[in-house]
Amino acid sequence: MTDLAIEKPRSQWADVWAQFRSHKGALIGLAVFVSLILFVFVGPLIWTKDPTFINPNAAEMIKTRNKPPSLQFPLGTDQLGRDMLARMMKGGQVSISVGLVAMLISITLGTTVGVMAGYFKRLDGPLMRLTDLFLALPLLPLLLVMVMLFRDPLSRSLGPETGTFLLIVFAIGVTSWMQAARIVRGEVLALKEREFVLAARSIGTPSRRMILRHILPNVMSPIMVAATLGIASAIITESALSFLGLGFPPDFPTWGRLLFDGVEYIQQYPARVIWPGIAISLTVLSVNYVGDGLRDALDPRIRGR
Amino acid sequence: MLTYTIRRLLLAIPTLLFISLVIFLLVDLAPGSPASQIPLTVPPEVRMKILESMGVNEPVHVRYLLWLKQFFVVEPLVLIDSTFGTAFAEGQQRILSWQSRSPVFDIIVERMPQTLTVIGSAYVLGVLIALPIGIYSAYRQYSWFDQLGTFIAMIGFSVPTFFTGLVLILIFAVELQWFPSIYDTSLKVTDWDSFLAQVRQMAMPVMVLALYNAATISRYMRSSMLENLGQDYVRTARAKGMSERVVVLKHVLRNSMIPVITVIALGIPTIFGGAIITEQVFRVNGLGALLIGAIQGSDLPMVQTLTFIFAVLIVLFNLIADILYGILDPRIRYD
Repeated sequence: MTDLAIEKPRSQWADVWAQFRSHKGALIGLAVFVSLILFVFVGPLIWTKDPTFINPNAAEMIKTRNKPPSLQFPLGTDQLGRDMLARMMKGGQVSISVGLVAMLISITLGTTVGVMAGYFKRLDGPLMRLTDLFLALPLLPLLLVMVMLFRDPLSRSLGPETGTFLLIVFAIGVTSWMQAARIVRGEVLALKEREFVLAARSIGTPSRRMILRHILPNVMSPIMVAATLGIASAIITESALSFLGLGFPPDFPTWGRLLFDGVEYIQQYPARVIWPGIAISLTVLSVNYVGDGLRDALDPRIRGR
Repeated sequence: MLTYTIRRLLLAIPTLLFISLVIFLLVDLAPGSPASQIPLTVPPEVRMKILESMGVNEPVHVRYLLWLKQFFVVEPLVLIDSTFGTAFAEGQQRILSWQSRSPVFDIIVERMPQTLTVIGSAYVLGVLIALPIGIYSAYRQYSWFDQLGTFIAMIGFSVPTFFTGLVLILIFAVELQWFPSIYDTSLKVTDWDSFLAQVRQMAMPVMVLALYNAATISRYMRSSMLENLGQDYVRTARAKGMSERVVVLKHVLRNSMIPVITVIALGIPTIFGGAIITEQVFRVNGLGALLIGAIQGSDLPMVQTLTFIFAVLIVLFNLIADILYGILDPRIRYD
């Protein structure tokens, strides 16, 4: 009787982590994603070649272009003699940052709309009609049109890199918040019927604190899953735009852009298409697996089984 | 059901009007004006005449209403004329492309068959692959078949279609030289040889799109089957001694197909969007290639019309999916 050891209190996040660890795919996915992030963000500190360096000496440049992999250029060089490994790192930085920032925008928008629609009855109708309208828009054509329209003006006022980055991130964010909004609204509607919300309201908690203290923490799980999957789809969308020639400017590498540039030389130098393609696919695949594992780990009905 | 359908159809009108306004205004902001394509040597009064004939010097709302009238009144009339030989649309101005100066709808009709053959067969093939895989992986959950199916499906929707397309080109066109990497639109199917050539050039784009569609649909099929396999009526059916075949393929499958069919219907318009990329990879000059070309040449009437047609497809198939759901599932009554 007395030697019944009291179990250590377990926190929710320790439980989630324990469940997450049991999903083998998710664990491998997380490891791959972390190493990809290390490769693109820490890699350039070790491999310090300039990705945009073109040898000013024309004769030297011609000698170093289209090189096969060697010790000096582990992934070879492109048609202007630029180091492919350095370009892959630089391109990955842009692609992954686009994915992260676009996901943040779309999740913020989606959560705001979802919570507002779920919590305030008056806003529910109009906001959900708005969501339906956005869902009925042909997104890829509209994205292409948006990039075509605003790329040049923004590049002129903010510089080609920041301008295009902001435009693409904003365009992707604005066109991908609808799923998150619908999920969050559903969760909020269910939460509103729960006793603790009633209790909080009966002691006179103002709406602002109700949302921030009681509603938002309880809808974190679906938001986190939607966010993870959002990174994957944002990376795919960005590379698709770059692939169609309507993404970042030519001398500015992203994985999609490198792939697009490589298509011209696909017969002679297939590696130039393969590397960026594998990088995109691996990132998306690993993020999707993490999202899958997260969904299981955050679902209390599955946890502990 | 009928009243519901009519109500939804009426509701679709303001939705479509709003979307058309958004598309029109967004595209209309474009900095690339048709005036920039007229050479500078053209005298100003002639330039004014040209612009007038294109109808771009009117205020925005006039142009929007004119475009709406052309889209919803003139073009259907032209269609009636060409089928019945009447002359309702005689002398009416149609939507003209700025690039080719010919009616937008004529070009779209010209490009439609390529898109429909490639995308249509890819979607049908994708569904045909997806359903058995989904059914079997649900029936043998966590078996090696299910694990493999899950993994391939994950790859199917994680690897972007332009990369799968390029890898296929590398393998089958560059290395093995089985299939041509460029789609030849002028090929006419007249005999067995030209039919084989058509099949060969369609093989790769269809494979890419079918893999992608099969990946998504098989997942839906699997989860829908899993949900139904645990239901009480399945246990009842087994308890009264029905064969496993009848239980799975009749009772469970019929009930699991309900959400899957709506997913299939909902997916049809989105594949038109996704096909833009595949058409670009294999140089199929269908609707997607038309849109890309129009965007790069700032051919605004073409972009507006095409984008709006995509929007109409989405709204239409949303409606079809909802109505199908009501017909197939007797538990759902909209009225």
